[in-house]
Amino acid sequence: MELKTKIDAENGKQELVITRAFDLPLALLFKAYIEPSIVEQWMGTTVLKLENKKHGSYQFETVNPEGNVVFRANGVIHEFIPNHKITRTFEMENTPFPIQLEFLEFQELTQETSKLIMHIIYKSVAHRDQMLQLPFAQGMNMAHNRLQNLINKLK
Amino acid sequence: MNLRRDVFQAIADPTRRAILLLVASQSLTAGAIAKNFDTSRPTISKHLQILTACELLGQNQTGREIYYRINAKKMKEVADFIEPFRQMWDDRFNKLERIMKSYQTKNSDGIKNKN
Repeated sequence: MELKTKIDAENGKQELVITRAFDLPLALLFKAYIEPSIVEQWMGTTVLKLENKKHGSYQFETVNPEGNVVFRANGVIHEFIPNHKITRTFEMENTPFPIQLEFLEFQELTQETSKLIMHIIYKSVAHRDQMLQLPFAQGMNMAHNRLQNLINKLK
Repeated sequence: MNLRRDVFQAIADPTRRAILLLVASQSLTAGAIAKNFDTSRPTISKHLQILTACELLGQNQTGREIYYRINAKKMKEVADFIEPFRQMWDDRFNKLERIMKSYQTKNSDGIKNKN
């Protein structure tokens, strides 16, 4: 069976490419990225701000049942072309991970299917590899010092 | 529960991932770990069993207490694979697809019917 989500991460490079084919028309796929209430559902986080325009910015936050912020991320949108392209930065606040650059390309395959190509550039090869090592860190970091500690151990 | 010694299966579970993050900085007893979750103590014990079986967690005995600690070496081994990262994105995108499909159905009145 062919995998729907594919990751290309060449050894020794500070980038990776995530490719995914969707059983959705292009406009609906794009909508899932720009409608705050929909982003919240599939990302599992609260959208504090999402300005879909060049030089706009966004901010996501997850609060646990005890009311503590367990995840906060933000970024700036550099390019915004509806149904085609979003270029943005991504920063996980209060974590040791440096800011990354994301190129999102949305493509129509057929009237009913579409494709997303997400090209992520990291600060260094080591930082990319750390991100791959701790996939669950993204979107669910608990106490930051613990996370930092784990990463230090992996070094 | 069938203890399958598959690390990827082990870290596919959100509770087990949370446990790994919890013990990342300090060794903890099963009781101390369980306090961080709403899940029952026996359920947490089962998660600890699975994580131990696939060597993501190690145990240290101090007196009568057993402390769980992360096995950084094994974590690094896992890390050399891309699969968990791919799975995280796959789950996320599957969710996106499901949400948008139901969105499409709900809003089809306003959109021109393709049939």
